[in-house]
Amino acid sequence: MSASLSSRRSFIKKMAASAAMTAAATMFPGIIFASEQLTGISNGSLDWKKGPCRFCGVGCGILVGIEEGKAVAVKGDPNSSVNKGLLCVKGYHQTMCIQAKDRLEYALVKKNGTYVKTPINEALDIVADKMKETIEKHGKDAVAMYTSGQSTIPEGYVASKFMKGAIGTNNLDCNARLCMASAVAGFLTTFGADEPMGCYEDFDHADYYVTWGNNMAEMHPVLFSRMLEQKNKRGARIIDFATRTTRSSMASNRSILFEPQTDLAVGNAICYEIVNNGWVNKTFVEKYCNFSKGLTQMGYGLEDKYKFSDKPTKINFEDYKTFLEDYTSEKVSKYSKVSVKDIKYLASIFGDPNKKVMSLWCMGVNQHTRGTWMNNIIYNIHLLTGKISQPGNGPFSLTGQPSACGTAREVGTFTHKLPKGVVMNPKHRELAAKIWKVPVERIPSKPTYHTTEMFRAVDRGDIKFIWTQAVNPLVSLPRTSRFRPGMKKKSCFVVVSDVFPTPTTDVADVILPASWHIEKSGLYGNSERRTQHWDKMVEGPGDTTPDAWMFIEVAKRMGYGDLFPYSRENHVEEIYNEYRQFHEGKKHGMAPLEVLKKQSGAIWPYVNGKSTQWRFNAKYDPACSNGEDFHFYGKPDGKAVVWQRPYEPAPELPDSEYPFWLNTGRVIEHWHTGSMTRRIPVLHKGMPHSYLEFHPDDAKALGIKNGEKIKVTSRRGSCIMPASINERGLPTKGQVFAPFFDENMLINDVTLDAFCPISKEPDFKKCAVKVEKV
Amino acid sequence: MPIKSYLAHPFDNKKEELQQALSLIKGCEIIPAENENVLVIVTETKNDEEDNKLKETIEKIESLKLLALVSGFNTPKK
Ligand code: SF4
Repeated sequence: MSASLSSRRSFIKKMAASAAMTAAATMFPGIIFASEQLTGISNGSLDWKKGPCRFCGVGCGILVGIEEGKAVAVKGDPNSSVNKGLLCVKGYHQTMCIQAKDRLEYALVKKNGTYVKTPINEALDIVADKMKETIEKHGKDAVAMYTSGQSTIPEGYVASKFMKGAIGTNNLDCNARLCMASAVAGFLTTFGADEPMGCYEDFDHADYYVTWGNNMAEMHPVLFSRMLEQKNKRGARIIDFATRTTRSSMASNRSILFEPQTDLAVGNAICYEIVNNGWVNKTFVEKYCNFSKGLTQMGYGLEDKYKFSDKPTKINFEDYKTFLEDYTSEKVSKYSKVSVKDIKYLASIFGDPNKKVMSLWCMGVNQHTRGTWMNNIIYNIHLLTGKISQPGNGPFSLTGQPSACGTAREVGTFTHKLPKGVVMNPKHRELAAKIWKVPVERIPSKPTYHTTEMFRAVDRGDIKFIWTQAVNPLVSLPRTSRFRPGMKKKSCFVVVSDVFPTPTTDVADVILPASWHIEKSGLYGNSERRTQHWDKMVEGPGDTTPDAWMFIEVAKRMGYGDLFPYSRENHVEEIYNEYRQFHEGKKHGMAPLEVLKKQSGAIWPYVNGKSTQWRFNAKYDPACSNGEDFHFYGKPDGKAVVWQRPYEPAPELPDSEYPFWLNTGRVIEHWHTGSMTRRIPVLHKGMPHSYLEFHPDDAKALGIKNGEKIKVTSRRGSCIMPASINERGLPTKGQVFAPFFDENMLINDVTLDAFCPISKEPDFKKCAVKVEKV
Repeated sequence: MPIKSYLAHPFDNKKEELQQALSLIKGCEIIPAENENVLVIVTETKNDEEDNKLKETIEKIESLKLLALVSGFNTPKK
């Protein structure tokens, strides 16, 4: 063995050991290994380049070791305040997928039913011709684009400029609609400004972490390990409030289970207890809060072309207090199956003026037919007690995608959004037109299709051309049993840009080979408003091209070249600098690129060379201008809104024919639909296929054993998967759970396309199913 | 040439026994936690077949409750 090979092997062994020690640290906070084992990962001959992790919204800093133009190792960036050198199992192995044998290296164009390898320029000609022809024949609202929270900030920006500024259609939406839309609607209705007010440093100060329907040990593992560290070090307490017992519940101080959908009622019961025990922070509420109510009984969006807009009415504290009478702990306990004692316990945590409390949530609250309401209710609890916008005190809405915040929310790749503000607001359209250098009339003032409705429109034949990027809707949409046949229809020309083949590329007319994360430069924005930049680290194979550059090339071919005057080498920097103009000022200023190149990200608002860690608090936020301690400047009167939001049942409840709740979700090993992580051998081996979890009592009653094949069926479709009993998680009785990462077991054929009427985010967590052995 | 790391969880009060058993196995490095009931194992073998055999050998140890794979790398064979 040559010397260099042997040192390389010893380096890899140290990497492997370090990964295992990190994994152990997430399970056993404060675990100690002999110190010499923790040091000594020499840098060898590798060139380490910094960037953010490709996967989740935690946004860990990574260092990628490059040798002879290849990515050979990944380690946590010790300089990143997000993860301080830690990574989860996905993080360590992320670059292993890029050399997968079935990588999409060249464009493929379907000709007479078979895919033909085609030079990228020719493929882009076809895409541009088809898009142009469709607009000429059927109008600009016949073309659509569906992008991703995995797209970079420049990619999202160019997509928005191309669709809204150049073509002039709002037919642009993204997969963040499936995970963050309710969070956005919650922030906008309560505060008038999107994204969390706090930051990850809150973990170091809080006494309690209340997690709402959120399995952070698997979905936000590095943040969970930060919580475990504080639990161990300072005695901070984790309270898990969920419908299923998970790894997070097991590591928590207390696990409280509730009946699906009744989180709305329990949230209100907590508010009832706060109000009736005299725990309201009166000064805070009087100075900084208004009270409102909205429409109720809104429906669930189950029918095509469903429309809803809320009509807020101002109420006062007494009205709100009267409303809460329906939510005494005793009343709510009856249908939520949470004991009166537990409800009172939860309320007392928030009610204690001497304790700092963080609420954390993600999909359980957001993927909810009343997701916006649920977000509002959590804010109500924090506003009533004044536990907000201070170190360790605050509601913290976590994101799923690595740039759900940076790209989908800040750039605004939703139908109603612009890089600053919304299409409905003339001033926001004017600003976009000015920066984009397009006539303001070109930007339409009405939102068109949100995600579910976009794919319904494809099915109906209203959309005749769709281009998707970095997204796999035929695995991730609710009710794929409708949308798969819809996408296959000849009425719609489908362009899919991706890194690997997926069930979505299977229905494409043109497949475009996209560059992977480190094969291009880019920027992501994580859950704590941190913008992170990376430089291209390795060359991509074949004709792979960054998505942003493919949009620009198609735009040029369609005659919009003057709006996209960027250079191939430097387009990321040029686009970011253009985009920054939208957010100039104290409320949302973005850090200059030079700063982001030097350090592991910066939190916006970036003002006078400094990140703003706690918004709306005059001590930390230079945008506060009312002369008071707090200023919720997203609202015209500077006050946040406590919303009166009732409990309403889910659209589909278990009954005699479909007696189980179906809940769906994720596992630590896989990133969403698994298109990347299932190509990483160690992750695929760790979790090779999906499963259907049962409560042991239900399994026993049905005579179901572990591993037996089970057909799970709803009114919309069915899926066969092996039973899992007492393995990864434990659903409550009467509930089954399945992860959605496995393209060979499409659980979303079974789910329901109901959504929150305000945010239009679907509910993947609740529908009624039956199960049978096959 | 596969290099893998695992977390090995012993049965209660069997950590030393497990460590002892593992130390007799070739191609297996052990890093015991000082204050928790878990050991990190790093294995290095020539090929997948050997790797599988080694894993089987480890899994047969009586004091072992659970073996969880954490990372797997393949290095050049030359
Ligand atoms: S926690 Fe998320 S961002 Fe951090 S390493 Fe894991 S997947 Fe990547």
